[in-house]
Amino acid sequence: MKLQINEQDYDLAVDPNMPLLWAVRDHARLTGTKFGCGMAQCGACTMHVDGSPVRACVTPVGSVADQAITTIEGATASSAITQAVQAAWVHFNVPQCGYCQSGQIMSATALLSQNKQPSDQDIDQFMSGNICRCATYQRIKAAIKHAAQSLAKGA
Amino acid sequence: MTAIINTERRRFLKVSAATAGSLTLGIYLGTAQAETNAVAGPGEAGSTTLKEGLFEPGAFIRIDADNTVTVIIKHLEMGQGSHTGLATLVAEELDADWAQIRTEDAPADASRYNNLAFGPMQGTGGSTAMANSFLQMRQAGAAARQMLVEAAAEQWGVPVAEITVAAGVVSHAGSGQQANFGELAAAAQQREVPEEVTLKSPEQFVYIGKPNLKRVDVEAKVNGSATYTQDVQLPDMLTAVVLHPPLFGAKVVSVDAKAARELKGVVDVVQIPSGMAVLAQDFWSAKQGRDALKVEWDESQADKLDSEAQLQRYKRLADEPGVVTLQNGAAAEQLEKAAKTVQAEYAFPYLAHAAMEPMNCVVQITEGACEIWNGDQLQTIDQMAVAQLLDLTPDKVKINTLYAGGSFGRRGNSKADYVLEAAQIAKASGRSVPIKMVWTRENDMQGGYYRPFFYHRLSAGLDEQGNLLAWTQRIVGQSIMSGTPMEAMMTEGYDPSSVEGAAKPYSLSHVTVDLHTVSDLQVPVLWWRSVGHTHTAYATETFMDELAQAAGKDPVDFRRALLQDHPRHLNVLNLAAEKANWGSDLGEGRGRGIALVESFNTYVAEVAEVTVQEDGSFSVDKIILAVDCGMPVNPDVIYAQMGGGVGFALSAALGEKITFKEGRVQQSNFHNYNVLRMNQMPAVEVHIVPSLENPSGVGEPAVPPLAPALANALFAATGKRIYELPVGTSV
Repeated sequence: MKLQINEQDYDLAVDPNMPLLWAVRDHARLTGTKFGCGMAQCGACTMHVDGSPVRACVTPVGSVADQAITTIEGATASSAITQAVQAAWVHFNVPQCGYCQSGQIMSATALLSQNKQPSDQDIDQFMSGNICRCATYQRIKAAIKHAAQSLAKGA
Repeated sequence: MTAIINTERRRFLKVSAATAGSLTLGIYLGTAQAETNAVAGPGEAGSTTLKEGLFEPGAFIRIDADNTVTVIIKHLEMGQGSHTGLATLVAEELDADWAQIRTEDAPADASRYNNLAFGPMQGTGGSTAMANSFLQMRQAGAAARQMLVEAAAEQWGVPVAEITVAAGVVSHAGSGQQANFGELAAAAQQREVPEEVTLKSPEQFVYIGKPNLKRVDVEAKVNGSATYTQDVQLPDMLTAVVLHPPLFGAKVVSVDAKAARELKGVVDVVQIPSGMAVLAQDFWSAKQGRDALKVEWDESQADKLDSEAQLQRYKRLADEPGVVTLQNGAAAEQLEKAAKTVQAEYAFPYLAHAAMEPMNCVVQITEGACEIWNGDQLQTIDQMAVAQLLDLTPDKVKINTLYAGGSFGRRGNSKADYVLEAAQIAKASGRSVPIKMVWTRENDMQGGYYRPFFYHRLSAGLDEQGNLLAWTQRIVGQSIMSGTPMEAMMTEGYDPSSVEGAAKPYSLSHVTVDLHTVSDLQVPVLWWRSVGHTHTAYATETFMDELAQAAGKDPVDFRRALLQDHPRHLNVLNLAAEKANWGSDLGEGRGRGIALVESFNTYVAEVAEVTVQEDGSFSVDKIILAVDCGMPVNPDVIYAQMGGGVGFALSAALGEKITFKEGRVQQSNFHNYNVLRMNQMPAVEVHIVPSLENPSGVGEPAVPPLAPALANALFAATGKRIYELPVGTSV
C-alpha cells in the first residue's frame, strides 16, 4: 500500500484494515507516535491527516491512502506551530514520563492551527481527549498559551 | 587504545565497598559503552576496552574527549525526574556546565547499582531515588572533579589549590591556563581515585535548590525520539500478544489455534503458564491472531469474586478482632468512658495503575544468555526470576533499562510477572530472535496487580471538653507482600504496608490498630503510588475531620493540639492553612478541607477548595499544598511531582475503580475506567519548605492527602461525609 507520511512516499506491505498507528509504527518504523488504548480514548496515537488530528489507533490505513499523513517526527521537522509548541513544552518542562506527549503536542498543534488564541475553556475542550496519567495538564495548558503568544509575536 | 586496568583502583573498590557502606563511590573500570551504543551488562564491568581520551572515574560518570559528561543513572526514569535529579547531584559537585550533561541508564548490576535503601538490590521505588543517591552521586561528582583538577595541575605545573572549576571550565588564574573536561579526560583517567573528597556546603550550590533547571529528558520527550520499551526495534524481532484467562485462577483446557495460525503475519502460537501468546511479524497481526484463538478454560479453581459480596464479607471479618499492629494505652476501655463516641467505616476499591504505556517487554534468549529491554523498575528481581526460568545464573541475564511510560508501581513487581511472561513466551517459542511482548490496554487493565480492595472501621471517643481520648481502627484487606519475595519485610507477622499511616502521626495516648489479612483470593495485588497510604490516609484524615466536627473544633486547631511533638508535620499543616487563608469565607456552595500525611519521610499538607452546585455536581477548584521533603534538590521537579501527584490522586478519588462480577473484571479500557482529564484538573499551588535536612522522596507523597482533603472540603460545602471511594462526579 502506498502512503505519504511526512512528505515521503512509502510502499508498505500492510492490510488496508490495519490501523494507521501500526502501519506507521511497525512498518514505516516511526515510533514517536504511541499506543495507549487502541480505541480512541486516550489520544496517545494522535497524528494529522491532511492537517486534521486523527486517532491513528482506530483509523484503517486503507482509508488514508491518498492523504498527507503527519506524525510527530514530520511535524517536528516542518511545522512552525509544532516547533513553537515544543519550545513551550521545553520552557515549562512539561513531560514527566513523556509517553503521552507526542499525542498532546499533535493535538495542541491542531488546536493552535484552528484557534490562534485559545481560552482556558477552549484548551480544556480540545485537549480533554488526550489523557496524561502523570497529570501534567497544568503545564500543558500553560505551554499552549505560551506557544500561542510566541506564534502571535512571530507573525 | 586499550587501557590497562589499574589494579590499585580495583583494590580501592573492594575496600570502599567493605568499609564505607552507603558512602562508597562504587568505583570500577567500566566499558566504553557509548562506542557501541549498547549498555554494559553484568560481567562486563572489568572490560579492558576503553575509548581513547575517555575518563570514567567510577560507576556513575563518563567524560568523553568531546566534553560530554554522561551520568549513569541507576534509577528507572518513569516520569518522576530521576535522571534529572541524579544528574543534578553530579553536575553540582563536578562543577559541570548543565548543557554538557547527558544521562544513561545503568546496566543491571546490583554490585554497583544497588539501591542503598534496598540493601543488595537494584531497583526503584518507595520514593527512595534521591534520598539514597544524594551522597553517593555527589561523591562521584566530587571525585571526578578532583581527578580533573589534579590532571590540570600536573599539566600546567601549578598547585592543585590554585585551580578553580566553574561551569565545566578548569582554570588557573595565575597562569591564565584553561581547559574543558574533555581536554583533561585522558590525563584524569590516569589519576588515582581519591579516597576522600570534600563536598560543597549548601551556600556553594550552583544547581541544587535552583529553579528552572531543564529536564535532561525533555527534548527527546517532545520530539518523539525518546525510546520506551514499546519503541524497541531489533532485527528479526517478532511481536507477541497474549490471551489471559477470563478469571484469575482459570486454566487452559484446550486450544484451537487453526484460524490464528492461518492469518497473514502470524508466526507461532504458544502456551504459557498465564495463558496463550501469538507471535507475529507485527502487533496488529499478533492481535488478530490472539483474537482468533478459541480457548476452552477450566474455571473450576478460579475466583468467582463479586465486589458487593466482597464488601459484605470484609465487614463480617471486621466484627472480630484482627492482628494488633499498633497499641498504646487501653483504647477499648477509654472508649467506654468517653463522653461522646464517633464511628465510621470506609471502603476502597481495587485500583489499576493504568500507566499510559501498557506493560510490555522485549526478550531475546540466546545460547546460555538472555537479554531484556524494558522500562525496568526492579532489575535484580527481574534478573533472578528470568535466570531461574531459563536455568541461567543472574549475571547471564542482561537488562537494558529504558524510559518507562509511567509505572506508579506497576513495573516493579517482586513476582516479576510481565517480565517473566515475556521470557516464558520467548522460551516456549524456542526462537533466538528478539520477542516484543505487548499487552493491549485490556490486558493491562484486566491483568491484576491492583491496589487491594480495603475496608476500615474506626471508633473514637471524646471527653467533655472535646479532647480526643481514644482511637481504634480495624483494617481488612489483601497483603501485597505475603507470598512474594517481599515477605521478608513482614517481620512482625503481618504486612506493614497494609497499615502504614493508620492513626498517624498524632499523639494518641490510647490507640489500637488491628488487621485482618485476606489470603484466599487469587486477584493479584501490588503497591500503587504511595502504597498503604492510599487508603489509611483517607480513613485517618477524614475521620479526624469528623472528630473535630463532633468536638465542635476547627479541623486545623484540632490537629494542631495532637501535633505538639511533631514539628515538621505541624509546620506543613500551618503553612498550607496560612497560604489557603484558612478560616476565611469562601462563599455560597463552596468548601475547603485539609489533610496532612507523612509518607516516605516527606511531609505534605493539602487544602482543597471545591464548589458544589445545587444538583450535587461539583468542581475541584484549587489545591494549596505545603511540602517538606528535606533539602529541595530540583524545585521544578518537586513542583511537577506535587502537581502530578495531586492529579493522579484526584483521578482515583473521582472516578477509578476495578470491580468484579462473577470473577470477571468489569473494566477494560479508558471508556469505563475513568481517569482524570484536563478539564477536571484543578490549579495546584505548591509551597516548598526550605530545609537543610537530607532530601526525601517526592514521587509519591503528594498522593495520600488529596482524597481526604477533597472529602473534607465536600463536607464543608454540603454537610455530607463520603465513606466510599471513588466519590464520582456529584455528592
